[in-house]
Amino acid sequence: MELALFSILNGVVYGMLLFMLSSGLTLIFGMMGVLNFAHAGFYMLGAYLAYTLSVHLGFWTGLLVAPPLVGLLGALVERHGLRRVHRFGHVAELIFTFGVAILIEELVQFIWGRPAKSYTVPALLDFPLFRVFQTTFPAYKAFMLLISVGIFVFLFYVLARTRAGLIIQASLTHPGMVAMLGHNVPRVFMVVFGIGSALAALAGVIAGPVLGTFPGMAQVLGSIVFVVVVIGGLGSLTGAFFASLLIGIVQTFAVALDYSLGDLAGGLGLTVGRTGLLSDLWPITIARVAPILPYLLLILILIARPTGLFGTRET
Amino acid sequence: MSTPLPTASPRLGIREAGLAGWVQRHGMWLAAAVVLVALPQILKSPVAISVMNQMGIAVVFALSYNMLLGQGGMLSFGHAVYFGLGGFVAIHALNLVAQGSLYLPVALLPVVGALGGLFFAALFGSFSTIRAGTVFAMISLGIGELIHSSSLILVKFFGGEEGITGNRTKAPPLFSLSFTTDAQVYYLIVFWAFVATALMYAFSRTPMGRIANAVRDNPERAEFVGYSQRWARYVSFCAAGLFAGLAGGLFAVNYEILTVENVSLTASGSVLLMAYIGGIGFFFGPILGAIVFTFLQSMLSDFTGIWLLYLGILFLATVMFAPAGLAGILVMHRPAWRARRLHRLVAPYVLAAGCALVAAVGVVGLLEMVQFVVSGPAGRVTKRLFWITVPVYTVWPWVVFATVALAGAWALWRAAPIAAAAFNDASRPATRP
Repeated sequence: MELALFSILNGVVYGMLLFMLSSGLTLIFGMMGVLNFAHAGFYMLGAYLAYTLSVHLGFWTGLLVAPPLVGLLGALVERHGLRRVHRFGHVAELIFTFGVAILIEELVQFIWGRPAKSYTVPALLDFPLFRVFQTTFPAYKAFMLLISVGIFVFLFYVLARTRAGLIIQASLTHPGMVAMLGHNVPRVFMVVFGIGSALAALAGVIAGPVLGTFPGMAQVLGSIVFVVVVIGGLGSLTGAFFASLLIGIVQTFAVALDYSLGDLAGGLGLTVGRTGLLSDLWPITIARVAPILPYLLLILILIARPTGLFGTRET
Repeated sequence: MSTPLPTASPRLGIREAGLAGWVQRHGMWLAAAVVLVALPQILKSPVAISVMNQMGIAVVFALSYNMLLGQGGMLSFGHAVYFGLGGFVAIHALNLVAQGSLYLPVALLPVVGALGGLFFAALFGSFSTIRAGTVFAMISLGIGELIHSSSLILVKFFGGEEGITGNRTKAPPLFSLSFTTDAQVYYLIVFWAFVATALMYAFSRTPMGRIANAVRDNPERAEFVGYSQRWARYVSFCAAGLFAGLAGGLFAVNYEILTVENVSLTASGSVLLMAYIGGIGFFFGPILGAIVFTFLQSMLSDFTGIWLLYLGILFLATVMFAPAGLAGILVMHRPAWRARRLHRLVAPYVLAAGCALVAAVGVVGLLEMVQFVVSGPAGRVTKRLFWITVPVYTVWPWVVFATVALAGAWALWRAAPIAAAAFNDASRPATRP
């Protein structure tokens, strides 16, 4: 009971964090038809910038200043890089974002060095919020949840209820018509790219103290975010939301469970060998399989339903 | 996802029959073979030999990657899986040979790697090649991550953190070749790299290779003509896996160790870099890319800790300014060469390259000084930079390098149009209409 409660809570916190990244990514995909490999890079940049700001000016300044800075950088990358590469086709665009991702990782190591940074939870939020039996729930995680739910509500409100959101949605599906009506579609794309990058950076700012601020953080989360976006359906915001929660909860639950393949075979009355190249397979517990579960899910979904759970298009 | 890519058109002209014709047709290959055999006699230093070994492996790997991306239009983010798994199969086979439970000369070990690569490509390709485009790219990424993360689970096969080591000298010798020196391994690698390159070139010329091109350019039309696009992709994929596995087997022979790093996303990314920098639209592009990439990698990493940053910048510059890669730049000059006007380009090119070099010196100086300040050795205040000792914690080196960078950039900005104009002038047709 205690395990289930905390696994769900942690899963939701992690899932909402994934949503902050995947929402921007899926919107950018919807616009350009290209998966942005650099997205997790912006997440990492957000964490590092906020770390530097927090050292000098405190956590809250970092929280407020880092995302807009990264958003600006994202807009610049779109304006002067991606738009230029666009005429060479989709493969070139994809490879360009891949290059930007490599460059961001190298730049981060170049500027901040290789060792992990001690980006810590602010003192104001450094206390256990509540306790169930033996386990405590830190206030900072509640704060993370609050921010990400706030972003979620804000995003849906803007996209569904405001004029700007209407133009963005129309630009995704009918860019030609929107341009005819006098809107600057390339600028809409640039703004969406910037906002998506800023959201990724915000996720980095609030995740940095919990998941760690180190040069590999983009790779750790980057592939998972791709999994989320693809499973949810490329370009679908609703899909991204449900897939984020799904992956978040599946991963936290898998880490908490301790059954192995050997147990399963034993339960079925089979005996398994303890030698040979594959003998490692039997004592594997679900907890150790947890890192590969998202990718298994990704491959299965792509084979069975290439459009993802909520998507309508393949490429 | 598919973009039309330039392909080498068969050269027109009448060929002589007989031996002379054969030599004429295959002149490039003969010349390459002679140069490759002679190279270790010219470059005798152990460093050069080990770099050339690395290049040979990289060439096969990059060419196999281009069977997917350049010729088949499949963008893969997990090609290192077949390289790495082929290598792991080869090194396990080597260990079995050393134990005496298997008889196999080391010279044939790459074939084992190739078969391993083929096996896994046939397995994973059976479902990943159903679709092209983004779906294929994502599945390849998923498989890459899957194999990389499962290496932490299957410790016996992947050897955990330390990897699997072998010893090529324990295997029985074939024709008294025991592969105790790097030079002997060089000839092994060159032999297999040459054979693999020839086979891959031959594959691109077979009807199957042409169908792969057709499926890349217009899958729907290929289907209407009567070819299964899925089958064409599957065959290309298996062939690419085979040669990637061969490269992995060569890697196993050369380094006698394979680690998880060999199947990682980083390894898959660097082969993409190699192929793209070289030029994916041409058969010889990835060869150029692999040689340049490996050269830069081994040379730069001796001089600077931030060589990956420079490579990243080079890669982005290639994508933005020369999407056809190094090979594309070379081929671009064919009209000027045909018109015998290539010499006119020398002066403007030297001018532009000189300006670019000046700008690069400035930028590199600034970057190196920043790197020194951030993560240089503690307690030292000077750094050797371009053969001079630079006191980093004073103002003037920063001013000088910034000035050099800005001046070089400005000069390049002025010189580039001159070079472009000269190029246009030299490439125009010989007879004007």
